[in-house]
Amino acid sequence: MSRPEDVLPPDLFYDDNESRKYTTSSRIRNIQSDMTNRALELLDLRSPSLVLDIGCGSGLSGEILSAVPPEHGGPHTWIGMDISPSMLDIALQRDVEGDLFLADIGQGVPFRPGTFDAAISISAIQWLCNAETSDVSPEGRLRRFFEGLYASLRRGGRAVCQFYPKNDAQRNMISGAAIKAGFGAGILEDDPGTKNSKLYLVLTVGGGGLQGDITGVVNGMDDVNILDARRKAMEHGKMQLPRKGDKAWIMRKKEQMERKGKVVKQNSRYTGRKRRPAF
Amino acid sequence: MKLITANFLTCAVKGCKASPASFPLHFRDAELELQELDFQPDFIRNIVPRIDWHALQIMANELGFPKILDKKPEGDELKDEQILKELHRLLLETHINEGKLTCGNCGHEYLIKEGIANFLLPSHLV
Repeated sequence: MSRPEDVLPPDLFYDDNESRKYTTSSRIRNIQSDMTNRALELLDLRSPSLVLDIGCGSGLSGEILSAVPPEHGGPHTWIGMDISPSMLDIALQRDVEGDLFLADIGQGVPFRPGTFDAAISISAIQWLCNAETSDVSPEGRLRRFFEGLYASLRRGGRAVCQFYPKNDAQRNMISGAAIKAGFGAGILEDDPGTKNSKLYLVLTVGGGGLQGDITGVVNGMDDVNILDARRKAMEHGKMQLPRKGDKAWIMRKKEQMERKGKVVKQNSRYTGRKRRPAF
Repeated sequence: MKLITANFLTCAVKGCKASPASFPLHFRDAELELQELDFQPDFIRNIVPRIDWHALQIMANELGFPKILDKKPEGDELKDEQILKELHRLLLETHINEGKLTCGNCGHEYLIKEGIANFLLPSHLV
């Protein structure tokens, strides 16, 4: 099946017809509500909060936010942003409780610093990996979005973004942009390796230390395994340092010079080999 | 759009970020509506410390409300049900349905239609 992200920009793809289909399909609604509940679990809000819904669409996840019972810390008040007018139109018809904005998240988040207790985004931020005009780039849009989001969350706030990356490159681009903006970031994957696999980017603001990031968030959830890529990356970094004068070092230098367009002797079996003692 | 949301909005234009005149946005030709909502004292207590009271006074003045409290309610005042109910009515039940929001710095106008504000920027302003 083709990805909607590859077909058209989001404001054109979700036209009246597509928005209606999206909102009335019971399959999509079930998936959405499962993901929203999972995200809420990760946000761990204990009192009625102000929540930003990024890519709120027709308010499917917002409804769940408004309906959190008081014994679970709800109901939350939410503000939704979406780029598709048709989706917002359906949200109006459905009479959702949150405030709605027609806005492009790639242009930033137009709120005062420290506004929100939390942010939630269901199946939206992968759209940022597409640039629709030549004067914007995916990297620039991701940067504007994450910087704006970081500023608009209060210290100690969290954001959970469920997204569908097209490949590992997109996944790394998105999480890399979040880390660059200052977030403590981690990815939670539900049902890995299956068709139903779901990725949640869990972002924390100003937590500091290990407990502030995702390992602190999922601490105590019993169905979660932690794979810490950071330690592996650190060991990996230490291992690979060719000493000056090594064969590997010489080969690397020759490649570098070749790339610069310099004339470099062809490699042979004598390249980088030690001379025998002269006497 | 609820009045509480307007209290957190700033201009989306990049150049206005640094300017103090870009907050609060100013209402023009606003059409108001009252929508009943369940009273949530906990939420109000949570949100009041984050509200910019000066901006709220300016907005209430622009919208033609009678005078609101001079000072932000703090401490014990937040336990007073009467004050909380007034805040609830002002912040959460007052909706701006139609009108415009303008930035005090760049003068950009954001249209509000059926309660939805249009914050899409033309590409030269991004």
